[in-house]
Amino acid sequence: MTKIKELQQKADMARQLMVEALICAGCGHPGGAFSSVDVMTALFFEVMNIAPANPGMENRDRFILSKGHSSVALYSVMHLKGFFSKEVLMTFRQDNSILAGHPDMNKVPGIEMSTGSLGHGLSVGVGLALGAKVDHKPYRTFVLLGDGESQEGSVWEAAMSAAHFKLDNLIAIVDRNRIQIDGFTEDIMGLEPYKAKWQSFGWEVKEIDGNDIAQIVLTLKETPFCVGKPSVIISNTVKGKGISFMENNVEWHGKALKGDQAEIARIEIKKKLECY
Amino acid sequence: MGKQTLRIEYGKYITEWGQKNKDIVVLEADLKESTQSIRFQQAFPERYFDVGVAEQNMVGMAAGLALAGKIPVAHSFATFISMRACEQVRTSVAYPRLNVKFLVTHAGISTGTAGTTHHAIEDIAIMRSIPNMTVLVPGDAEELRQVIDAAMELNGPVYIRLGAGDAEDVYGFEDCFKIGKATRIREGNDAAIITTGTMVYEGICASDILKKEYGLSVRVLQMASVKPLDVEAVKKASIETRGIVTVEEHNVLGGLGGAVCEASAEIGGVHVIRIGIQDRFSAVGTASQLMKAEGLTVENIVKSVKDLV
Repeated sequence: MTKIKELQQKADMARQLMVEALICAGCGHPGGAFSSVDVMTALFFEVMNIAPANPGMENRDRFILSKGHSSVALYSVMHLKGFFSKEVLMTFRQDNSILAGHPDMNKVPGIEMSTGSLGHGLSVGVGLALGAKVDHKPYRTFVLLGDGESQEGSVWEAAMSAAHFKLDNLIAIVDRNRIQIDGFTEDIMGLEPYKAKWQSFGWEVKEIDGNDIAQIVLTLKETPFCVGKPSVIISNTVKGKGISFMENNVEWHGKALKGDQAEIARIEIKKKLECY
Repeated sequence: MGKQTLRIEYGKYITEWGQKNKDIVVLEADLKESTQSIRFQQAFPERYFDVGVAEQNMVGMAAGLALAGKIPVAHSFATFISMRACEQVRTSVAYPRLNVKFLVTHAGISTGTAGTTHHAIEDIAIMRSIPNMTVLVPGDAEELRQVIDAAMELNGPVYIRLGAGDAEDVYGFEDCFKIGKATRIREGNDAAIITTGTMVYEGICASDILKKEYGLSVRVLQMASVKPLDVEAVKKASIETRGIVTVEEHNVLGGLGGAVCEASAEIGGVHVIRIGIQDRFSAVGTASQLMKAEGLTVENIVKSVKDLV
């Protein structure tokens, strides 16, 4: 199996775990997790310098899930990478679990920052990247944002400062699935021209199909796109990617997976995995 | 004894700390002369970051710098850190318990005629209600230095609150600030005056007048550590005296007065009079005019103690 095929399989294995964890939890945010799990798989299995056995390793690359509600994808990928067991993963959002709906850095080894309130993560990433520059450390900081999240003004305060401080060790990835809780982003509060916004804030921008592992890996490996500038990848994705009834469906931002739909999801993902 | 501008004393002292500890980095939001963080910038430009008029981003960046192992000190006016960036303070600093220090100036009504937008009469109440947060309000230059030492030795978020004006020297050689401990500046068992910030000076003056003119011995407790509060000291004052007067340049709701009432009510209660801003936005006036209008004066403290005993 080629490396890319292996990564695709890993992402689909993560999807299978996500389905099970969401069913166990009886709640959660499926849509944005399924859209962004390919990016997280590429980061954790191919791009980032990390060591699950040593989550505090000094020069590890840092990942901040600014769209913290997509935690089930992150947890599933982290489990596959070896940060914690499947038993732990299946406690997602249950009483006394370490795995909250939005990640808590003081409970989960390998979670770099507690997130969930939108518009916070990029500023934290700017601080981390600036800290690396101050100390001449080689690690990179990756921040995954939601597209709806970038309606928060604080995202643009952070964007402005990243360019000002010339943080080429900071890479933002926006999960551009075009759907937020209340509907399609362009109907609720239009973001376009989105690429031009980032460019005008001083970032070097690339657009990809964010559900295509080959493109994701290739593009992430090209970072920084420009020395002295922060990089942003607009990752065009399908919300709910991989589960037919969730795909591009506004309903599935934060809906419990149960009953017949749970069974359909299980069957679809099982079939997909049998093809590898 | 004399008078110092706390911001200036702070600017000098944080620069001394910057010399001692190379992990300290300073963040500023376009107020470097007002907060006096400029002194740190002059000494250590490579560890100084002015983020412009963007307090939310500044606080988030401070969280990130703390994650990177630095000790960030974020500066602005009290109103902008405690209110504009409140959620970043709460969610990105206090919740993960990151080692970020907030140094706020121009708290209370000390900016006077600048007007209500630049006053902060709510910040102690807000910061005090956030878990993991330590809230320190020093009263003079020496206490400020000891507050900074204590904040730097604590691994966690600290909110340090300064006004804009001058502070009379009140700390003696024997006075020693500790987080969670009141400093007893005057002894006495007829009543207790509990102060925070620079109101300690008015508290001392009132105690001295009450002794000289009325023969009353009135304890003065300076509560620079509003959170954690020295509950034991409040308890003792409740038991050993006939009542407590609290004095703060802050709304009487939720600040020092609120904290003292909570503590004293839990142990059975005692008569407490809260002097502070009476839950209203101020008129236009100089700081001293506004202080007078709110009863933040020696005369009003004296009168309140007499009403109590």
